[in-house]
Amino acid sequence: MQTGYKTTFWISCAIVLLLLLVPTLGSKYLIDLTTEILIYALFALSLNVLIGYSGNISFGHAAYFAIGGYSCAILLTTYELPLIISMPAAIILSGLAAAFVGYFCVKLTDIYFAMLTLAFGMLVWAVAFKWRAVTGGDDGFVGVNVPAFIDNRYGFFYFTLFVVTVSAALLWLICHSAFGRTLVAVRENRVRAGFVGVNTTRLRHTAFVVAGTFAGIAGSLFAMYNRGVYVESAFWTESGQVLIMALLGGLYSFFGPALGAAVLYTLQVGINQYTEYWPVVLGIILLIILMFLPDGIIGLAQKLRSQFSRKA
Amino acid sequence: METVLQTDQATKAFEGFVAINNVSIDLKKGEKHAIIGPNGAGKTTLFNLITGHLSLDSGSVSFEGKDITGTAPHRIVKLGLARSFQRINIYPRMTVFENVQVALIARDGRSFHLFTLGHSLNREESAELLELVGLSDEAEEMAGELAYGKQKQLELAISLASNPRVLLLDEPTAGMSPAETVEAIKLIEEITEARGLALLFTEHDMGVVFGISDRISVLHHGELIFSGPPDHVREDPEVRRVYLGQSHGAA
Repeated sequence: MQTGYKTTFWISCAIVLLLLLVPTLGSKYLIDLTTEILIYALFALSLNVLIGYSGNISFGHAAYFAIGGYSCAILLTTYELPLIISMPAAIILSGLAAAFVGYFCVKLTDIYFAMLTLAFGMLVWAVAFKWRAVTGGDDGFVGVNVPAFIDNRYGFFYFTLFVVTVSAALLWLICHSAFGRTLVAVRENRVRAGFVGVNTTRLRHTAFVVAGTFAGIAGSLFAMYNRGVYVESAFWTESGQVLIMALLGGLYSFFGPALGAAVLYTLQVGINQYTEYWPVVLGIILLIILMFLPDGIIGLAQKLRSQFSRKA
Repeated sequence: METVLQTDQATKAFEGFVAINNVSIDLKKGEKHAIIGPNGAGKTTLFNLITGHLSLDSGSVSFEGKDITGTAPHRIVKLGLARSFQRINIYPRMTVFENVQVALIARDGRSFHLFTLGHSLNREESAELLELVGLSDEAEEMAGELAYGKQKQLELAISLASNPRVLLLDEPTAGMSPAETVEAIKLIEEITEARGLALLFTEHDMGVVFGISDRISVLHHGELIFSGPPDHVREDPEVRRVYLGQSHGAA
């Protein structure tokens, strides 16, 4: 193993160990907050396969989060299927939805690609909103059946930590695989990658499906955590929020988006306690990122470190 | 001599403007064939037609006897036809090493291996290719930060990674200083000799064109007006009239 990879591995192990200790601190509030952050971190990591690695900006990523959530909730509750079937089925459904939508989106590039993801995202929202009989419409799908072992705060926390860790490890492998490396080449220069023999359209489609599938995992966790799914999950502002999380952390590092999710979500929860003007703060944060932190928090940390080591 | 690459009455128009008109050219095994012509003559368009980046309106392209008209660029590369570009075409935010490695991963059909770590693949061969073009010392630098001439060398290494038998070079010395040009041409000659490559290239530097070509074809307003050995091209009255007689008096 390369030394850089080894460091990443041990740091990740340390973080997971620390997270395992969170319930021992005795704060229910902290457990809930950590669970939510873990779910959003996975959501942001999944988006970054598309944005950071393949260079395709999506404004409709919440669609797959919502499809995962609704599918898991409906299969568990309406059809009373066990978790072991419902969750994998929900994940596969999110992946299939991404495969379908991606088929059309990857035919386009740049702003046209982004706008088409937005269009499909709004379609999914509209379906969830109008298909009352199945989704509950704007009342939401409430009262999700959750199996006993995760029907309590601690059980659900450990379950989420397990699923998110395994998912993040898989995503890490995919991003550092032969595929991931080729994806970066396509981001850097799509035309050139085509001329070394890469089917760039198919490659971008695969990235789209990977991103959608893992967003579906995050979505099914979120549905079970809330014991419900609400139509807002599919709205385009959700897609915007997860995009900001990824940007805040840094698109050009694997863990950046997870860090961005943690920071942004904590800020949101904290600020909501004092004022209802969270959107104003969010706007300011976005401004600061775009003006001063183009490579996010991780990018800033790297810059500071290299400046510090130059002086030393 | 065996023909490796051929266009047959290739024609391409853009919104009524005929960029390539009825062009039939061929490339023999091991040959160095230059395509020259004034700006806008259709050289780059012809390359884009051959490599599948643009589709033909009529006519055909064949590679090693196989019809490749309408074949996607990434498939054409796999058949053994590689190209480099007039403008720098690399992956700026990847290391020099990774630039070449990705091309080798593609050649080996591993671009879709989602669960094979990319880091350890094709390391030796990547290093060899970088040594061949003289970029061993820059392997870990970001490709976008290389000097211009070195980026062109990297481009060549990327093109060679697919193990081509035919190489299309679009203005390989464009933007280079005279010294860089000499170096680049020496490198290209060495590599094509060593690997037995056939070379189809465009070039504005007439010294280079007459120095290394076995054959020269002249495009003018999208039409092929001459194709033959270098010492005949200077004497062709049509060529003199439309091309050499103009600003390129040196020829």
